[in-house]
Amino acid sequence: MTVAVKIPTVLRPFAGGAECVRLDLDGDATVGAVFAQLEQDHPALRRRLTDDQGELRRHVNVFLAGDNIRDLKGLHTPLPDGAELLILPSVAGG
Amino acid sequence: MSETVLLIGTKKGLWIGRSDEARRLWTVEGPQFEMQGVYSVGIDTRGEQPRLFAGGTSEHWGPAVFHSDDLGKTWDEPPQGSIGFPADADASVERVWQIQPGPPDQPGVVYAGAQPSSLWKSTDGGVTFDLVRALWDHPHRQDWGAGFGGQAIHTVLPHPTDPDRMSVAMSTGGVYQTTDGGASWSPANHGIKAYFMPDPDPDFGQCVHKLAGHPDAPDRLFAQNHHGVYRSDDGGAIWKSIADGLPSDFGFPIAVHPHEPDTVYVFPLIADGNRIPTDASCRVFRSRDAGATWEPLTKGLPDVPSYAPVLRDALCVDQGTPAGVYLGTRDGCVYASPDAGDTWTEVARHLPDVLTVRAAVLP
Repeated sequence: MTVAVKIPTVLRPFAGGAECVRLDLDGDATVGAVFAQLEQDHPALRRRLTDDQGELRRHVNVFLAGDNIRDLKGLHTPLPDGAELLILPSVAGG
Repeated sequence: MSETVLLIGTKKGLWIGRSDEARRLWTVEGPQFEMQGVYSVGIDTRGEQPRLFAGGTSEHWGPAVFHSDDLGKTWDEPPQGSIGFPADADASVERVWQIQPGPPDQPGVVYAGAQPSSLWKSTDGGVTFDLVRALWDHPHRQDWGAGFGGQAIHTVLPHPTDPDRMSVAMSTGGVYQTTDGGASWSPANHGIKAYFMPDPDPDFGQCVHKLAGHPDAPDRLFAQNHHGVYRSDDGGAIWKSIADGLPSDFGFPIAVHPHEPDTVYVFPLIADGNRIPTDASCRVFRSRDAGATWEPLTKGLPDVPSYAPVLRDALCVDQGTPAGVYLGTRDGCVYASPDAGDTWTEVARHLPDVLTVRAAVLP
């Protein structure tokens, strides 16, 4: 199955400049599986999304069809074929 | 004619100052790593070409250690990153507080101190770092506290001649030392007060703010603590106060003259509960007798009331002759002295909070 990850401008240098990364996954897909594939294809991108232990960084938000995955099942959130993930940082502070 | 490079890490990016050997006139370029807090910088002059380091922290995308072999025009890091805990450590690097090239006879060795309190060693010139496991696994770790800036190793002081010996310091936890190349670590805080603890003389738990030493006097160490300025003449076994003669024993940085082991610099603040310069005056205090007496240095520093602290890594020296001294303030000003602190020149103003400065006279 294929999943697309839309990349914010500031992270595109870590994805070869792509606005959108398309990943082919075997079997049932989850957000975690997408991140694991990113580790192979774009390690510099992956580690900006997650910390050393693979947890989503605090101010990184990943949306699936308008829902923040933190409000779903986090990295265990299942993804349908053709799903599109949108990465957005929370912007706050002075 | 040689060039002098000054790295200025701030809360929102890195600026690079450049001057000639005279170090009177500066050009400043930046920012790079915009919106990253650049908490650590380093200049490694041991190789054929100088290598610069920047330890940045993005609030969104996490920490990273970058290196540059073209004096800051371009920066690089491995795709997998330079520094990161293994899975079984159950921790993640939050911030890199210190990047310290090793002694001249250990080319390729670079150390890093990070938050949470951890020491890292690189043997490839600072491209990738490995966790120094024995310190991470120290039984005291669960009892190390956290200062306002977090629990971090902020000082890494390799012994200048013995690769088996090293001192590190953390907030809070105190000074720890190894004598066996990092295989084991012991606290070295005897004589350092911790008034904020039930026992003011604990084995560890002191809030040391910065350590400094000199290669020509390897058994002498200086420490600026959370209320306390100390010197050890026996490699850190016993510490004695050298705060008499200073307007306050509170402050963050301490630095030693590059050619005079008896000459040391501090920047006093009123107190932990009132962290502004004493007498609202931007003054560096210098001792030329290892802390027995102190003199304020003001010529060229602002002569208006000043309320901006200087943080622990925002005062440094270069290796020039005469020595250069540098400081950066939390109100974004940077000053340089080309004559060991006698006179000062403004390098920059109105930058974000200055977190760290490092300078080197390049051949």
